[in-house]
Amino acid sequence: MASAIGSLPQHPETTEKSRPVPENSEANGGAGCPAQDPDVGSHGADPLPGKKDLFIEADLMSPLDRIANVSILKQHEVDKLYKVENKPALSSNEQLCFLVRPRIKNMRYVASLVNADKLAGRTRKYKVIFSPQKFHACEMVLEEEGVFGDVSCDEWAFSLLPLDVDLLSMELPEFFRDYFLEGDQRWINTVAQALHLLSTLYGPFPSCYGIGRCSKMSYELWRKMGEEEDGETKGRRPEIGHIFLLDRDVDFVTALCSQVVYEGLVDDTFRIKCGSVDFGPEVTSSDRSLKVLLNAEDKVFNEIRNEHFSNVFGFLSQKARNLQAQYDRRRGMDIKQMKNFVSQELKGLKQEHRLLSVHIGACESIMKKKTKQDFQELIKTEHALLEGFSIRESTSYIEEHIDRQVSPIESLRLMCLLSITENGLIPKEYRSLKTQYLQSYGPEHLLTFSNLRRAGLLTEQAPGDTLTAVESKVSKLVTDKAAGKITDAFSSLAKRSNFRAISKKLNLIPRVDGEYDLKVPRDMAYVFSGAYVPLSCRLIEQVLERRSWQGLDEVVRLLNCGELAFTDMTKEDKASSESLRLILVVFLGGCTFSEISALRFLGREKGYRFIFLTTAVTNSARLMEAMSEVKA
Amino acid sequence: MNRTKGDEEEYWNSSKFKAFTFDDEDDELSQLKESKRAVNSLRDFVDDEDDDDLERVNWSGEPVGRRTRPGSFQSLSDALSDVPPKSYAPELGRPKGEYRDYSNDWSPSDTVRRLRKGKVCSLERFRSLQDKLQLLEEAVSMHDGNVITAVLIFLKRTLSKEILFRELEVRQVALRHLIHFLKEIGDQKLLLDLFRFLDRTEELALSHYREHLNIQDPEKRKEFLKTCIGLPFSAEDSAHIQDHYTLLERQIIIEANDRHLESAGQTEIFRKHPRKASILNMPLVTTLFYSCFYHYTEAEGTFSSPVNLKKTFKIPDKQYVLTALAARAKLRAWHDVDALFTTKNWLGYTKKRAPIGFHRVVEILHKNSAPVQILQEYINLVEDVDTKLNLATKFKCHDVVIDTCRDLKDRQQLLAYRSKVDKGSAEEEKIDAILNSSQIRWKN
Repeated sequence: MASAIGSLPQHPETTEKSRPVPENSEANGGAGCPAQDPDVGSHGADPLPGKKDLFIEADLMSPLDRIANVSILKQHEVDKLYKVENKPALSSNEQLCFLVRPRIKNMRYVASLVNADKLAGRTRKYKVIFSPQKFHACEMVLEEEGVFGDVSCDEWAFSLLPLDVDLLSMELPEFFRDYFLEGDQRWINTVAQALHLLSTLYGPFPSCYGIGRCSKMSYELWRKMGEEEDGETKGRRPEIGHIFLLDRDVDFVTALCSQVVYEGLVDDTFRIKCGSVDFGPEVTSSDRSLKVLLNAEDKVFNEIRNEHFSNVFGFLSQKARNLQAQYDRRRGMDIKQMKNFVSQELKGLKQEHRLLSVHIGACESIMKKKTKQDFQELIKTEHALLEGFSIRESTSYIEEHIDRQVSPIESLRLMCLLSITENGLIPKEYRSLKTQYLQSYGPEHLLTFSNLRRAGLLTEQAPGDTLTAVESKVSKLVTDKAAGKITDAFSSLAKRSNFRAISKKLNLIPRVDGEYDLKVPRDMAYVFSGAYVPLSCRLIEQVLERRSWQGLDEVVRLLNCGELAFTDMTKEDKASSESLRLILVVFLGGCTFSEISALRFLGREKGYRFIFLTTAVTNSARLMEAMSEVKA
Repeated sequence: MNRTKGDEEEYWNSSKFKAFTFDDEDDELSQLKESKRAVNSLRDFVDDEDDDDLERVNWSGEPVGRRTRPGSFQSLSDALSDVPPKSYAPELGRPKGEYRDYSNDWSPSDTVRRLRKGKVCSLERFRSLQDKLQLLEEAVSMHDGNVITAVLIFLKRTLSKEILFRELEVRQVALRHLIHFLKEIGDQKLLLDLFRFLDRTEELALSHYREHLNIQDPEKRKEFLKTCIGLPFSAEDSAHIQDHYTLLERQIIIEANDRHLESAGQTEIFRKHPRKASILNMPLVTTLFYSCFYHYTEAEGTFSSPVNLKKTFKIPDKQYVLTALAARAKLRAWHDVDALFTTKNWLGYTKKRAPIGFHRVVEILHKNSAPVQILQEYINLVEDVDTKLNLATKFKCHDVVIDTCRDLKDRQQLLAYRSKVDKGSAEEEKIDAILNSSQIRWKN
C-alpha cells in the first residue's frame, strides 16, 4: 500500500492516521472487507529495533494469528514469545515488547516487571503496543507506578479483522460488558474510527439508519471525524448503499436463543474463535485436535453454514455419495485418463474428502452432545418462552435445570430469556429462582444477579407501571439534588423489554399452518426452526423496505428508543443502483451467526448483499459469561 | 481471506501511523510541567481580564493566543507527525511549535479533540470549577469514554471529593465512567465513599462483598464475610450473605475433620472413595451431595450431617431428595434410595412418594447404572402410562413393557415388542404366553 501522506489534501490534524488510498475497492466483488494496516511498527519499521522478547495478551493471539505467523515475528527479531500472565517474566532479553489491550491490569503487570528490574539494578528497554488504541487511564497507571518514561508506548490501530467475505470483526468482546453493563463509552471512538475507515475506503454512505444509544453516539462521533477531515469522501461515488447500526440491547432475545443453523450450532458447541475452530478428538476421531478455518473458502462448509441443522446430515451424506462416485470413475480408466485424474482432480477430491469428514465428525459430535442434554426439551421450552405460553411449565423446567446443577451458564441464559420475554419475573419467582441458583452454583453469584439486573437482562417485575411514571417525572428535575437521588435508583441501563408487544407488532412468531419446511425456508424464522424471526433482523428488513423508520414509531417506542432511532439520507443520485443493494450492518455489542444467516437469507430473497461489521461474534454463552462474576 | 506472505510483510512494515510516544523525555517533560505550572499560576495574577478577548503574549513577546493561530500557523512537524518535538525545555523563546501541546489556550473543545486523538494535553489551565465542568461536558458531548475518563482523572486529582461527587451526581454518563474507572484501578475506598455519598446503599454493600473473591485463605475469607453481614443489602440478599458465611464456616469444620479422617485411614468410606477435591468454597448443593456421600448416616447434631445442612439452609425437599438420590445412587446404596421414597401413613402402611416425579428418579438411577430390578421398581411407579412405556423401552425393562401392554390390552404393541426381544429368551416366552392367553380381551 502506498503511503497516503502528502498525496491527499489534508487538514493538518488528519495526517495522524493515514488511510489506505481509497482506490477501486471492490465492494461488490468478493472482497467486502478492506484490508487494514496493523500499525505495529509505528515508525515505518520495527517499533523496537533489535532482538527482543514479545509478550502477547491471550485475547490478541487469535487475531494476530490471522495476519501474522512466527516467521514474520522472527524477521522482526522477536526472540521468544510469552503470554501476558500474572506471573513474573523469565525473559533474559534486553528488550521487552508487550502487545496488549489497553487494560489497567496489563499496565500493572508491565509496571511490576519494570520495577522488579529496577530493584535488581537491571536496565532494559520496554515497549508497550496497545491494540487497538491507548487509553489515558493506562498512562496514568504507568505514571503512578513510577515507570512512565521507562516504558515507551505505541498503538496498533488494528480494528477490523476480515473473518470472511462478508464479515468484519473488531474482535472486541469486552465491548459488551464495558458498555452494556458499566456504561463505559471507551470503545465508541474505536467504532467511529472503523466506520471512518470504511467510508474512506468505500465512499460516503447515501443512507444511514440506526437504533440505540450507542449507535447514535458512534454515528455522531463518526460524523464529527468526517467533518474534521472534510474533503475526504466528497465527490466519491458511494459503493455501499446503506448502513445500519444496531445496539445489542435492542434485541437481547435473539442472542439468548439456542442456535440451530449449522454455523451457529458449531459456535455454540465448539466456540469459533476468530473464524477458526478447534475440533477435538471426539470430532476428528483421532487422538489429535484439528484447527479448522471456517469461511467461504471451505466449499463444504459454505454450503451448509446457513442451513438448519436438520438438513445438514442429509446434505453431507449426499455429498459423500457423490464423492464416492467420482472416486469410482477411476475404475476403467486408461493410463492417460488416470494420469489426468491424478494430476487434476484427485487433489480436489481429497481436499473435499477431508472437509467432508471434518464436518461429518462435527455433526456426529453435536448430535451426541445434544441428545445427552435433552436438546429437544430445551428447544421446546425456548419456543414456549418466545411464544409466551405455558410459562409455569417453563419456569419449573428452568428450576429443575438449576437444581440438577446443569451448566450454570445455561441456567442463567434460560432465566434471562424468561425475564425478557415476560418483562421481568414475578417477584416471588425471581426470589425463588435466585435462591436456588445461589445454592446450586455458589453464593458469589449474588454479584452476577446484580449485574444482570443492571444490564436489564434479568429483572423483577415492578409493581405496576408507576415506576416509569416516577422516572420520567424525576428526569425533568435532574438538577434537584433530592431528585437526583431518586434517579439513581433507576440509573442503570436497564429498560422494560416489552418483548411480547413488539413481537406482536412485528409479527415475530410466524403463524404456521402445518409443518414449517426447514428445507425450503420461507422466512428468516427458519434460523430458529420456524418458531421465531430474529427481532434485530426483522427491524433491519422493515427499515430497508421503508427506507426510514416511518410507520415503526410504536415499535421504536416499545424498544425504549424514542429518540434513539435515526435516519440520515443524503442524495442517492450518485449511487449506482448496484451499490444501493449493498448494505453494511453494524452490530454494537456483538452479533450471532444466526443473525448473519438470517440476513444472508433475506439478502438472497430481496436481492441485497449484506456486509456485517460487529464488535465481536457472540452467542448466548458469551453474553452470560460477560455478566458472570466468578473466581479468577 | 488469504493473504500472501508479501502482503503480510506489508502489514507489518508499511506502517504509516505514527503514534504519539513519550520516548524517554520524561525528565525534561516533568521539568517543563513544573515550570509551566509556575508560569501558569503567575499568569493568573497578570491576566485579570477576560482571557479570550485578549491576545496573549508569551514571554518572548510573541502572540500565542488562539485568535492569532490560524491553520497555516500549525507547524509542519506538528501536522505531519504525531511525535511531539523531541525536547521540551522551559527556556523562553523556543519556537512556538514546541509549546503547542502545553499551550494554555486550547479551548475545551480543542482540548477534548486532542485528547481524543491520544495526544498529550495539559489540563492544568482548567482551574475554575466552571472551566473544569465545561471541559467535562465537552468530553461527554463527544461520547468518547477514553476522554471522559481522562478528564475525570484530572478532576479527581484537582477537586475535593465532595465537590466532585456533587457535580457527578447530576451527570450520569460521567458518573458511570468514574465508577467503572474506580472499579478498574481498584480504588475501593473512594468507590465506597462515592456510593455512600450517592446513597446507593446496595451497590455499596455489593461492592464491599465483592472483595471476598480476592481472599484465598478460608479463615480470612470467613472473617471477611462476617463483616459483610451487617451491610445494607436488601432483606433477601442479607439472608444470602448470612448463608454464605455459615456455609463457609461449616465447610472449614467439615474439611478439617475429613482431612484428618482420610489421612488416618480408619474410615472405610474415605478409603474406598478418596476425596477428589476440598469442599471449601463449593456451592451449597455440592456440599450437600458431599455430605450425603460421606456422612449420610450421621445424626442431625453434627455439622456434616445432611439433615443438619437441610435444616440450617432451609433446603427445599425437592432439592434435598434430588441430591441425596444422586449421592446414594452413585454409591449404589439401593437400600438408602428405597428409604428416601418410602413414607408411612398413620395406619402404618408404606407408600412410595417422590417430590421430583418418578421419571426423574429413574433417569438418575439409570445414569448411575442401577440394575434392572431397581429400575423396574421405579418405572412401575411412574404414573403416566406413555412416559412409563417410553422409559421401560428405553432402559430395556422388558417385564414392565410387557405387563403394561397387557394391562392396556394392546396386542399390536406387544407384537411389535416381541420382535425387539431376543429369540428364545424368557421375555419372548412370557409374551407368547400372554398372547395365547384366552383371558385377555384385546382391544386390537
